[in-house]
Amino acid sequence: MAEFKTNPEILQPENQVYKRTELLTDKALSYCPGCGHGTAHRIIMESIEEMGIQSETIGIAPVGCSVLAYEFMNIDMQQAAHGRAPAVATGVKRLFPEKFVFTYQGDGDLAAIGTAETIHACNRGENITIFFINNGIYGMTGGQMAPTTLAGMKSSTSPYGRDTATMGNPLKITELIANLPGTIYVTRQSVHTPAAVRKAKKAVRKALENQKLKKGLSFVEIVSNCNSGWKMTPRQSNDWMVENMFPFYPMGDIKVNDDK
Amino acid sequence: MAKNKGEIVVDIERCKGCEVCIPACPEEVIAMAKHVNRKGYHYAMPTNDACTGCTNCAVVCPDGAITVYRKKFND
Amino acid sequence: MKELRLMKGNEAFAEAAIRAGADGYFGYPITPQSEVMEYLMAQKTHERTGMITLQAESEVAAINMVYGGASCGKRVLTSSSSPGMSLKQEGISYIAGAELPCLLLNVVRGGPGLGTIQPSQSDYFQSTKGGGHGDYRLIVLAPASVQEMADFAGLGFDLAFKYRNPVLVLSDGAIGQMMEKVELDVQRPRFTEDEIRKNSPWATIGKTPDREHNIITSLDLESIKMEQHNHSLQAKYRLIEENEVRYEKINCEDADYAFIAYGTSARICQKAIEIARAEGIKVGLMRPITLFPFPSKVVKEMTTRVKGILCVEMSAGQMVEDVRLAVEGRVKVEHFGRYGGIVHSPSEIVDALKKQIIGG
Repeated sequence: MAEFKTNPEILQPENQVYKRTELLTDKALSYCPGCGHGTAHRIIMESIEEMGIQSETIGIAPVGCSVLAYEFMNIDMQQAAHGRAPAVATGVKRLFPEKFVFTYQGDGDLAAIGTAETIHACNRGENITIFFINNGIYGMTGGQMAPTTLAGMKSSTSPYGRDTATMGNPLKITELIANLPGTIYVTRQSVHTPAAVRKAKKAVRKALENQKLKKGLSFVEIVSNCNSGWKMTPRQSNDWMVENMFPFYPMGDIKVNDDK
Repeated sequence: MAKNKGEIVVDIERCKGCEVCIPACPEEVIAMAKHVNRKGYHYAMPTNDACTGCTNCAVVCPDGAITVYRKKFND
Repeated sequence: MKELRLMKGNEAFAEAAIRAGADGYFGYPITPQSEVMEYLMAQKTHERTGMITLQAESEVAAINMVYGGASCGKRVLTSSSSPGMSLKQEGISYIAGAELPCLLLNVVRGGPGLGTIQPSQSDYFQSTKGGGHGDYRLIVLAPASVQEMADFAGLGFDLAFKYRNPVLVLSDGAIGQMMEKVELDVQRPRFTEDEIRKNSPWATIGKTPDREHNIITSLDLESIKMEQHNHSLQAKYRLIEENEVRYEKINCEDADYAFIAYGTSARICQKAIEIARAEGIKVGLMRPITLFPFPSKVVKEMTTRVKGILCVEMSAGQMVEDVRLAVEGRVKVEHFGRYGGIVHSPSEIVDALKKQIIGG
């Protein structure tokens, strides 16, 4: 491979068009190489930076791979018990209605143990934002079946593939909460390609801006990969996701509020 | 006709060699280095000067390891 | 100027919480304490003081709403009864681990399981030894009157913030439901954001440029740090044991025997003392007001003057273990209890004293 030399003329501060946001701490992310969590963290923090609300935003981290989100997100953060982030966020938002409050949760946290908290926070129309990272598996604990694990999908607790007859069906929690009057914006995005990331970031930004309207809960699902849990390389896992997850969890807005 | 020329700088120690940036680059600029960083990951690096500074690689990088520069040239 | 009223225990606690400057109540219905939330809703606390009153979808959700509010340095509380308190144990362990101030009320009912709705004291272990996981303690206050139900709301908040620790008011169905006269404090203002930033700089209410971001968590995967954290928690509990013991002694000066009882049981023991003394039996009562920190030194000192101690509890005997720990075999310690919701009568207690302590 020819030795490539950088062009100092371009590498000038004034030419810089993209750099890592300061709203991510310096800590190395604990996520596996290529995991969508990191990208999701970044577009959320970039949005908060662009909105200039770092000093008014409180994030609630779940239990799961992103339990350490508070190490990476450079805002005031609380770590919630497994599944309870929407209730924790409710407590914060009710007491500080002018602050921006979001939860950041995985599929096990939000759609298994925390189902009731998710549904009731949505049903009460809490003025919070829920970021829901759906990779169809319990990553932190080593790849067990999750509520969103696809039919026939292998995991450490469905080693022969998820048998819906005995293990239940993959749960479309996002479509479910979209039916609740308390939710005003419900969308499903992904972060595996530049185009997808740019679209996802618009959704993140809208979901946070919505809190100013005080009209209800905004819910952003991000379908993501889990190369360790799915036992693939990062790029293979993104391809597998498109091929298998997207048909069951279709991309796009499910419910949109039109007010500015 | 004006032409954008770009450069990327990869934070070698932050990169985890996931290669997700490779297919994101329309100009096929990026490849994994032969060498590894402190954690043993082959890190991403630019391999030619076709970069236009479009930021695709940085936008899709899960670890935010890429900084992008762009300059307009009137050749 | 204090205000005199005739109130039900649960309602006196709710009113006192409002007046103590509570910012948020998060609860769930369960007999025999639903009046707390009903009263707060009827009072329209939001209009009265700006206080939030919210009914959650479960006790689990309620305690986690408390966690969120407490992490912001606000005065937050919840109330429940035995089965509901069991559901809250994980949340309480998180709150203790993250060192957050909050106020909890348990209006105890008979157990185990769905049990009964009648009064009981069978949650003593859960309350004082930690019903959740990990080495943690709650400051536990045991009211024996409607007045103390009111007093312990304000006191509970103050102790919670003094030690950044959850405070539990351990009441029971009788005290929660009975009506007595009560003197209520004047309204105390709620915390402003500036006061929180000054008095609770750890609170997560928005990272201002002048400081690092605050993190409220009970997690630390590095064992060395986790052990240090536990050491600091234990040091706090020793400090609480040193400074916060509260108890009451009745007729103990000349007593040959003693009852040890708290809450409703202590009330009944006072009548038992009358009956016994009328028969020439000199017995007194030591009533622990704090169940943690337990008045162990006081009990130890009593053994130099009484020949026997009868613990009277509406349970199969839980506090009696702490008494035995303090007595260390110096004198006879026995337990008398009715449970399942039955409240013992004074004469039963006198008979037990004669049979188990004096006659024995």
